[in-house]
Amino acid sequence: MASNSKTLRSPLQVARGLGSAKHGTEHWWSQRLTSIALVPLTVWFVFGVIGHLGADHAAFIAWMKSPFSAVMMILTAVVTFHHAQSGLQVVIEDYVHAEWQKMALIIGVKFLSFALAAACVLAVVKIFIGA
Amino acid sequence: MANGSGRPLSPHLQVYKLPLTAVMSITHRITGVGLTVGTLLLVWWLVAAAAGPEAFARAQGFIGSFFGLLLMFGWSAALYYHLCNGIRHLVWDAGKAIELADAERNNKVVLVATAALTVLTWIVGLAVW
Repeated sequence: MASNSKTLRSPLQVARGLGSAKHGTEHWWSQRLTSIALVPLTVWFVFGVIGHLGADHAAFIAWMKSPFSAVMMILTAVVTFHHAQSGLQVVIEDYVHAEWQKMALIIGVKFLSFALAAACVLAVVKIFIGA
Repeated sequence: MANGSGRPLSPHLQVYKLPLTAVMSITHRITGVGLTVGTLLLVWWLVAAAAGPEAFARAQGFIGSFFGLLLMFGWSAALYYHLCNGIRHLVWDAGKAIELADAERNNKVVLVATAALTVLTWIVGLAVW
């Protein structure tokens, strides 16, 4: 930033609002936070899948009727989709440069991610409270 | 190199032999995108279980088919790679192991851990199935 002796605005005031640094820190932090959460969730999920690979419906329902399993499954789905849409946003921002295409893809990915997460939550809740 | 500006041009990706650290970096991203596609199977599995025994049997049938198991194998390897390399990213974020020698050693740690966890998971998985 060239310093201009005729202006009273500080260099920081001139730089503010320029460039891509708007919500970068928040985005970066939420990616890290979800990735830390996903370490134990993923380990739980892999064991759960191994235990229910060939399971019949009744065994799966019994598994999801345990409050611990239901909460872990909901957390896994929600945090996974949050992490996924956050990561895909960065991928799209890096490789898609036409503004409208970039925006359309990011919006599409976010809507789809949250819709799929909602479907997972509803499925688990339905099994949990079902007869 | 001639790029009009008289400034040096960085090597073009197609003629530049990528070091392992670079290959592993792009692999982290590729596995991330692949795993996102894989979440569709998770959605199907859960929604099918909520829908009833017939729908769940169809989903389990697909997962247990040759193609289903192939997808599951690929996703399990991608999951462990992304998990191990993701932990490495968290270590980097903490400002640790950034030196080239550390990075090159940790390439191997991530690859060996990924292979070991994938093989172990499938041994256990096929044993209890």
